Amino acid sequence: MTPKLMTNRRSVLKGAAAGGLLAAAPLAARFASAQSSAPIKIGFQQHSTGIGAAYGRWYGRTTEAAVKMINDAGGINGRPVEIVAEDDGTDPKRGAEVLEKFANQSGCDVAFGTLFSHVVIGSAPAAGELKLPYFVVSEGHHVASGMLNRYTLQPGITDVKSQVQAMAPYVSENLGKKVTMIYPDFAFGHDHRDYFSAAIKEQGGEVLEMIAIPPTETSFTKYFPKIPRDTEVIYHVMVGPAVLTFVKELGEFFGPSRPEIFGFIDSLEAVDLASPGLEFLEGTYFWEGNPRYAQEDQTSHDKMFREAVGVDANGASVSDPKDVSTYAHMFGCWETLHVIKAGMEAAGYQGPEDRAKLIEAVEAMTDMPQSDAHPQGPKRFNGKTHQVFGVQYISKVEEGKLVKVHTTSIEDTLYPDEVDYTSMSF
Amino acid sequence: MSIGTRSTFLHLGLIALLFVLAFVLPSYHQGNLARIMVLATYAIGYNVLFGYTGLLSLGHAMFFGAGMYGLGLAMQYGGLGVIPAFAVALICAAALSAVVALLALRTIGVAFMIVTLMFAQAGYLTVLYFGAWTRGDEGFVIAQSARQIAGLDLTAPTTRYLAALLLFSAALLITARMMQVSFGSVLIGVRENEERTRMLGYDVFRHKLAAVIISGTISGAAGAGYAVLFGYVGATFTSVQYSIFPLLWVLLGGAGTTIGPLVGTLFMFYLIDYSSGLTNAYMLIAGVVLVLLTLFARAGLVGEIRKRWVAWLP
Amino acid sequence: MDFGPHLLLAVLEGAVGAAVLALTALGLSLVFGVMRVVNVAHGEFFMLGAVIAWFVATSIGGHPAVGFVAALALAPLIAGLVAVLVDRLILKPVKYDPEATIVGTIGVLYILQQTALMTYGPEARPVEPPFSHRIALPWFEWGENGFAMFYPWGLSTNSYKLFVIGAAIVILLAFWLIMTRSKAGLIMRATQLDRETALAFGIPVSRVYSIVFGLGAGLAALAAVLIVPIQQAHYLMGHDPLLLSFIVVIIGGLGSIRGTVLAAVLIGMSDGIISVFLSPTLSKIIATLLVALVLVFRPQGLFGKKPA
Repeated sequence: MTPKLMTNRRSVLKGAAAGGLLAAAPLAARFASAQSSAPIKIGFQQHSTGIGAAYGRWYGRTTEAAVKMINDAGGINGRPVEIVAEDDGTDPKRGAEVLEKFANQSGCDVAFGTLFSHVVIGSAPAAGELKLPYFVVSEGHHVASGMLNRYTLQPGITDVKSQVQAMAPYVSENLGKKVTMIYPDFAFGHDHRDYFSAAIKEQGGEVLEMIAIPPTETSFTKYFPKIPRDTEVIYHVMVGPAVLTFVKELGEFFGPSRPEIFGFIDSLEAVDLASPGLEFLEGTYFWEGNPRYAQEDQTSHDKMFREAVGVDANGASVSDPKDVSTYAHMFGCWETLHVIKAGMEAAGYQGPEDRAKLIEAVEAMTDMPQSDAHPQGPKRFNGKTHQVFGVQYISKVEEGKLVKVHTTSIEDTLYPDEVDYTSMSF
Repeated sequence: MSIGTRSTFLHLGLIALLFVLAFVLPSYHQGNLARIMVLATYAIGYNVLFGYTGLLSLGHAMFFGAGMYGLGLAMQYGGLGVIPAFAVALICAAALSAVVALLALRTIGVAFMIVTLMFAQAGYLTVLYFGAWTRGDEGFVIAQSARQIAGLDLTAPTTRYLAALLLFSAALLITARMMQVSFGSVLIGVRENEERTRMLGYDVFRHKLAAVIISGTISGAAGAGYAVLFGYVGATFTSVQYSIFPLLWVLLGGAGTTIGPLVGTLFMFYLIDYSSGLTNAYMLIAGVVLVLLTLFARAGLVGEIRKRWVAWLP
Repeated sequence: MDFGPHLLLAVLEGAVGAAVLALTALGLSLVFGVMRVVNVAHGEFFMLGAVIAWFVATSIGGHPAVGFVAALALAPLIAGLVAVLVDRLILKPVKYDPEATIVGTIGVLYILQQTALMTYGPEARPVEPPFSHRIALPWFEWGENGFAMFYPWGLSTNSYKLFVIGAAIVILLAFWLIMTRSKAGLIMRATQLDRETALAFGIPVSRVYSIVFGLGAGLAALAAVLIVPIQQAHYLMGHDPLLLSFIVVIIGGLGSIRGTVLAAVLIGMSDGIISVFLSPTLSKIIATLLVALVLVFRPQGLFGKKPA
């Protein structure tokens, strides 16, 4: 009988009367951990609704594929992995409540999967209090900044500070030294603003103008006149449902004569590059966490990853070419789950009493070469800051597809430690 | 037994019940109930203005936020302990309520709704604007080690539950007492027929002003309570949806009843919790429940009980 | 960019926003004025219009203009029908009690939003405009030879955006004509002025209410169809239009169509123009506070009647 890979309260509720379940839950958890072939339960904090919903879907598919591969190869320590998914509504209040549910009702061993930073930060205190290992897939600098606690880790995806910093050398050498930045006026945008201006200055460049766009803005043309005439490079990192409008209007504003343009693919995750109005992106550059289009030097690992998740060479779903994936981020779920597996195996994880040992085992990790477990590229984990570092990719739009033009080294992305979680007690 | 005595028994009995549950409930529900009690405090604050005085505000998130940030910023940058920071939070919430009241009370009805909504929006944007300190939408964490009173760790589950219970009980008893004295009766008078109340010689404006300040301060206390008990301060809590939540909870539980806010918060929490197991679109179920409520149980759960069976319910 | 061209650009952009806002707010104002109820789900009918437009445009292949015209006809119709249903099933049974309507429409808001999430999905998807040409705009400047015309870098607009402004003006005029010159408009205004007397005159008030509610939703949906080729259709897109429409209706004055349109123009334009001068978030704060203060010191709005 194939073990159930993904369960949630849906299937559990169908089988038990609510009242009986309430009483039985703690009992069931105790019973489960007594058996060594009982599943390892990983609580998946998923953005199924709210502003993060588009990412949540692809995070879910990648998670399912990763778990299938892990279980097909025998699971973790011989135990099958079971995902308990809960919607957090992309809301920090609900996020914390969901973690409590994972720890106290579903009997999960660890929690994982959160993307949006405010949900991570809102939930992290609960993870610390519940002593629940919380593996986030968020790209936020919050873990490495020291703001959180020893139970929160980000071993599967790099953080925005390292990404932005690594872009500066290429931009200043190939695109231009006079940069105008356009970013959303909240924490994510501010991070880009702060890190990039520092990094480009070090390269001998300068930021001419910083254009902050209020959140939930739907029309952008009125901001573009602030772009100074002598701008050599436009650096943009808009996110949200209005992004397509942003790109279209940017293209319209410049018409036929535009400066170099460098953006982050965050703007176009899950969006088809062939969408009408995006023709203007031809010849512009993007940071890609993971190249969406299969490149000439595609590794066997990337090929395997695409097949497992069900994504074609264009980064879209094999069953619907219009359903474009969030390819630059979702690998984070795959790699994080494999790190959890490696950590549990290194720690000889049996049950919740071994959670501290699990964290220590992950903290001891350092170099992770590119492999089927890490298809995006080689990684280096910093046990003290709980943050992983990896290579970053820069691509150029050529004939409607993203072609990789540069791969940074891991060294390009490093910055001094800001915290040492290992010195904190559990 | 007089109505006053029955009320006292009801309220004290409820608090006693909640106290006992602290030691009896399994950990998941104990944790939930702690959160519910803090949010119910917010709902109680909202109920003072909406349920009793009849003023529909769509901006209470700014009061909740004032308390939350008052305490959060005081602890984070001022290094204050929990109790002094809580006092700061109350002062912030009260001050904001007074300012908003002086301006907004010049309007009535739908205009009042929009003005409060606008002030709350401005508040939310201000939190984002001063992101260097507030960290904007991402928010910040209050360290677990800082969240203790005289060595008592507020993050330990049972202690946290009891702290939430203390907060809730204070709000409940204040509201209950307020409605038993003439001040409360005048509020109801304002709600039922403002003109007649004015004609009877009561200073309607001063009563409304007091109601807004009391309502805002209790909401701020809830915000501060949330920040210190759950360790997170963020702009999300000052956004529009957090102004709609207390309206929902109060309407569901029963506007103008003392225990209605708790019932409404509890009901909504578990409704979402259970229906998220059935479908991703659990807010759909919440929407349907609201529509059914509108059609068949307008006074809310406790309100309907009061209307049909137990007329003395406060 | 120099100040002059920048301002022109801000004005043009503001005009597009104001056009759509005027239509959306008009729908809300109509419902407010005639039925005296607050429809908190108004933004969701806007979203419904955009989502239906996407469905129609993608099912009808061929030239985008065909899909667009079809959407212009179908989206308001469907949204209007849904609204009539809401009126019959929810609003009428509670006899349009103000509080109950607010709660009920909040419920409808959640229902519509989540249904969109379940059927349309969480992504933001574009709809192709029926036509779209970049139009570079000239500017004038005193040179040595007197007035000279040149094309400032970046000063441009789009033919579709101009169409939106024009279409909104046409629709608003048509609406005004219907309200003031036709029998249907007379009946609606009569019901708004005095419900009881209207009933006494044999006007089927309950049916008028249903139609007005449907019309209000239809206007919002129409506005959405116009804007969706510029923005994208997203299941959460109803939130901002709702907020803005509320502001516009109240500032303009309850029950005053002229006030609504003027307020929409004012608010739509000011948003763009203030941000020319100040940091965007700060300008939004100021705009929001200004709205609140207008209401505080003039609660009846610009054109509303002072409460008795």
